[in-house]
Amino acid sequence: MNGESGLDVVLLAMFAGAIRVSTPFLFVSLGECLTEKSGRINLGLEGTLVFGAMTGYAVSYLSGSPWLGVLAAGVAGSLFGAIHGYVCKLPRVNDVAIGIAMMLFGTGLAFFLGKPFVQPVAPHLPSLPLGWWSSNHSIRSALDINPLFFVGAALAVLLWWAFKNTRYGLIVRMTGDSAPAALAMGYSVNWVRFIATTIGGFSAGVGGAFLSLYYPGQWSEGLSSGQGLMAVALVIFARWNPLACFAAALLFGAAGALGPALQSVGITQGYYFFNAAPYVLTLFIMIVSTSPKRSLRGAPAELSITK
Amino acid sequence: MSKFIMSRRKLLQGGAALGAFGLASGTMPIRFARADGLTIGIIYVGPRDDFGWNQAHAVAAKALKDIPGVTVVEEEKVPETDAVAKTMESMIQLDGANLVFATSFGYYQPFVIDEAKKNPSVQFRHAAPLWKEGDPKNAGSYFGYLDQAHYIDGVAGGLSTKSNKIGFVAAKPISSVLSNINSVLLGARKTNPNATVQVIFTGDWSLPVREAEATNALVDAGCDVITCHVDSPKVVISTAEGRGVKTLGHNASQAPLAPKGFITGAEYKWITIYSQYAATLSKGGTLPNMLAGGYDLDFVQNTPYGAGATDAAKAAADAAKVEMKAKKPYYVGPLKDNTGKEVIAAGQSHAPYDPWIDNINFLAEGVIGSIT
Amino acid sequence: MAVTSDTKLAAEAPALTGGDWLRRIGRSVEAVFIPAMAIVASALLFSLLLIILGKSPQEFYELLWRGGFGTSFSWQNTLVRATPLIFTALCVAVPARLGMVIIGGEGAFVLGGFCAAAIAVPLVDWASPWIVMPLMIVAAVVSGAVWIGFVGVLRYYRGVNETIASLLMYYIAVSIMNFFVEGPLRDLTNPNKPSTKPIGDANMVGDIPGTEVHWGLIVGIVLAIALWVLMNRTKFGFAARITGGNIRAARAQGLPVGRLIVISCAIAGACAGLAGYFEVAAIQGRANASIAAGYGFTGILVAFLAKQNPLAIIPVSIFLGGIAAAGGLIQRRMGMPDATVQVLQGLMFVLLLVSETFYGRFRIFGGKGGGR
Repeated sequence: MNGESGLDVVLLAMFAGAIRVSTPFLFVSLGECLTEKSGRINLGLEGTLVFGAMTGYAVSYLSGSPWLGVLAAGVAGSLFGAIHGYVCKLPRVNDVAIGIAMMLFGTGLAFFLGKPFVQPVAPHLPSLPLGWWSSNHSIRSALDINPLFFVGAALAVLLWWAFKNTRYGLIVRMTGDSAPAALAMGYSVNWVRFIATTIGGFSAGVGGAFLSLYYPGQWSEGLSSGQGLMAVALVIFARWNPLACFAAALLFGAAGALGPALQSVGITQGYYFFNAAPYVLTLFIMIVSTSPKRSLRGAPAELSITK
Repeated sequence: MSKFIMSRRKLLQGGAALGAFGLASGTMPIRFARADGLTIGIIYVGPRDDFGWNQAHAVAAKALKDIPGVTVVEEEKVPETDAVAKTMESMIQLDGANLVFATSFGYYQPFVIDEAKKNPSVQFRHAAPLWKEGDPKNAGSYFGYLDQAHYIDGVAGGLSTKSNKIGFVAAKPISSVLSNINSVLLGARKTNPNATVQVIFTGDWSLPVREAEATNALVDAGCDVITCHVDSPKVVISTAEGRGVKTLGHNASQAPLAPKGFITGAEYKWITIYSQYAATLSKGGTLPNMLAGGYDLDFVQNTPYGAGATDAAKAAADAAKVEMKAKKPYYVGPLKDNTGKEVIAAGQSHAPYDPWIDNINFLAEGVIGSIT
Repeated sequence: MAVTSDTKLAAEAPALTGGDWLRRIGRSVEAVFIPAMAIVASALLFSLLLIILGKSPQEFYELLWRGGFGTSFSWQNTLVRATPLIFTALCVAVPARLGMVIIGGEGAFVLGGFCAAAIAVPLVDWASPWIVMPLMIVAAVVSGAVWIGFVGVLRYYRGVNETIASLLMYYIAVSIMNFFVEGPLRDLTNPNKPSTKPIGDANMVGDIPGTEVHWGLIVGIVLAIALWVLMNRTKFGFAARITGGNIRAARAQGLPVGRLIVISCAIAGACAGLAGYFEVAAIQGRANASIAAGYGFTGILVAFLAKQNPLAIIPVSIFLGGIAAAGGLIQRRMGMPDATVQVLQGLMFVLLLVSETFYGRFRIFGGKGGGR
């Protein structure tokens, strides 16, 4: 039985939550990081996330393979990203507004097409039982990690390294920092941003598939509670550094697990405030990490929200 | 009259043989007094296929559609605002509804009451025991006392837990939820005096990620039987199954989700009430203003036992069902709440449909958790 | 300094030639033609989707008309749904003139409604409505103004992105309301639906005589006109638009940019808060979770469709109110899910934003052709 102290239980729950709940945030924020580094903002990732969740679940159910579902979710996400990328390059189009519109459209379409898939149970993604060495069932469950988490972590490192050291990374950064400079070098700014937004959409779709195919592992209309938008906030908080995105996603996941964890050890009063913790945390961090002079340090200069 | 009783018995037999997902047998000998039949409007607060509250109603609605002469119009995801008043009006004016089922708690005050006053020839029924004398006569309430079924869940659960901790994922601390939590505890204590119930409130009716976190937190805290009261128990049950603990269901049957650990579940059986209403109206009769019941009237049921139910648990639960059918009270004194205050004095008890139960605002002693 | 610069500009404006007039007319026609084309295009695309799903587009649009504008009942339904949208759209449109995109109006709505109820409840029994109602309005307006004004402060003094900040504030506002409504301010006689105590019939906002639409509609229309005047015909509005165009130039001109930003945000929040007041005082009669019905988010759509013009917000709100009103009818008659209307709205939104690119491309409207 549980002889652990309350603090141990909460810490373990936060650790487990950090891994479980952070994965969708991780994928969406990495995708958005790439998009924003190239100088475009995509607020529609919330819609992409939900649509990806629906697609992943539907394809997994129809085909029997959850990994195929993940792939399908990514492809669907990239379609949404591509639409966003294409539309935003048209002159006089406000990319913030388009993002909100795509969010509405994506969510609506996902609910619309996803009706028949709420009932059936689709095969879930498997997990790696990395806690086999422990006799404590809580630790074992906390260390039951989905491979996508490692994929996300690897992606974060890859992106960080690529931004610093590869030609493509440089091109993306240049497009984001100074479009005239990129044009002068002969790169099509629109094309680079289009590709970046599409890949960003793919990543968000995969994040959505994680939600529906692993944790919480079901498709329904209440699946996302603003995770896509939170992830965009995360990118700003992480100053467009993919490694910081990873850390921020973990932090956010841990904050999300705080409410239920505290209740489980008997701190049961005021649970609404604990449930609001992730949002308060994000806001606090954003306030602390920005300043009016260097208003968004490290921001790609071409990003419309920072101009 | 005898024909009506006969068909009702057939109905109940038919209904008893079905799970929540079955269709009602199509042979209902209902003849309609009115030539144009009956149009029933049903309003859901959430999606019809949520594996939970709304689905339980939708399943009954689907069965109603099979009755010849009955048209059913449904609208889902109607929020508890003026929108539902407009929806009801729209159903009456544009669809010609004669009977409107408003299935969410917040629809009644002021929306159903106002609409009932404006449309005296239409019958309104609301799925919560709120109607009282002085409210319009063409309005009314119907309700199934699910807490009785939760009591039986608790009886089975008490014998299924080795750690003596039953975990409960709850949405909001309203009376019906609190009564369900208390019923699980009281049932569990009947068979296992050391049983406790630990509750975590998620804050809203449908928050899949938080429900999954809450389930994991409860299991980490040592609970080996999990149950819940949220709109869609799908996440809670499958997460619990994934952690290898036993589960008790809620609202509709989640047995397919937990092939190893499912014990039993508390389910509504709205079809009993809905078909009674349809039958009464077909005869041109008047609907009762308050129709509430539990096991004795077959308004609630328990899901058939799953693989997680031991023989001892089954036997105890079956015995408890007999008691519930006989309306034996289980809210008996002395009972304290979990802050130490006495809520039922020694020698007192509250019978199954006592309005006191609809106003419960405490967690019984033995429940770990708090309301705000 | 701002005073002399705009009078100087006015004095220096050249007289308008015939060609100028033609171009002006062309631009006005363009401003109606292009959005209209976008809506037609979205209707066509949506019809395609319907056909693929085997549904009849003709039936859809017929029901859309009937449910939204076809009967007097439908019209009233539409107007009631449109009313909160006017306010919440203004909450987006006013800061948009300064280049800010604020999407957290729902938070100010919820908080405004909650504060209005909270202040009324202790006064209900002994103060007259002449005192209570103005106090409620003040509470709603002030709380909303502070909430979004704070977002403006963060934006100007700390450079925090206002879109995300306002959204985070929404989640926090809902938590605050839930906490109070389920805890300290809870009406214990209403155990199954956490609410504040009712504000009393005497303090409710009534309907416009002869209709079932409450006075909020008139207030909304007046407010929209007033804010149009503010943003387009006053110094404040002129200064705000300059700031929105180029913040550095505005500062160079000596405009009090910080004050403009915060005041605009406060106005926006006040509008949303006022909408919350009406939701409580005209519809619900108390504050509870139902007041978070998503009007704030639909308001974003309205504002963008109206191109942030307060006058255009009125017809667009009515248009969207009509679609929402018809949504229920469509659900019932065509058996389509509630998300159908959301897909249509999203499609319209996307295409309308895309259509922005066509301004100035058509020579027929006096443009230069070729884009950019």
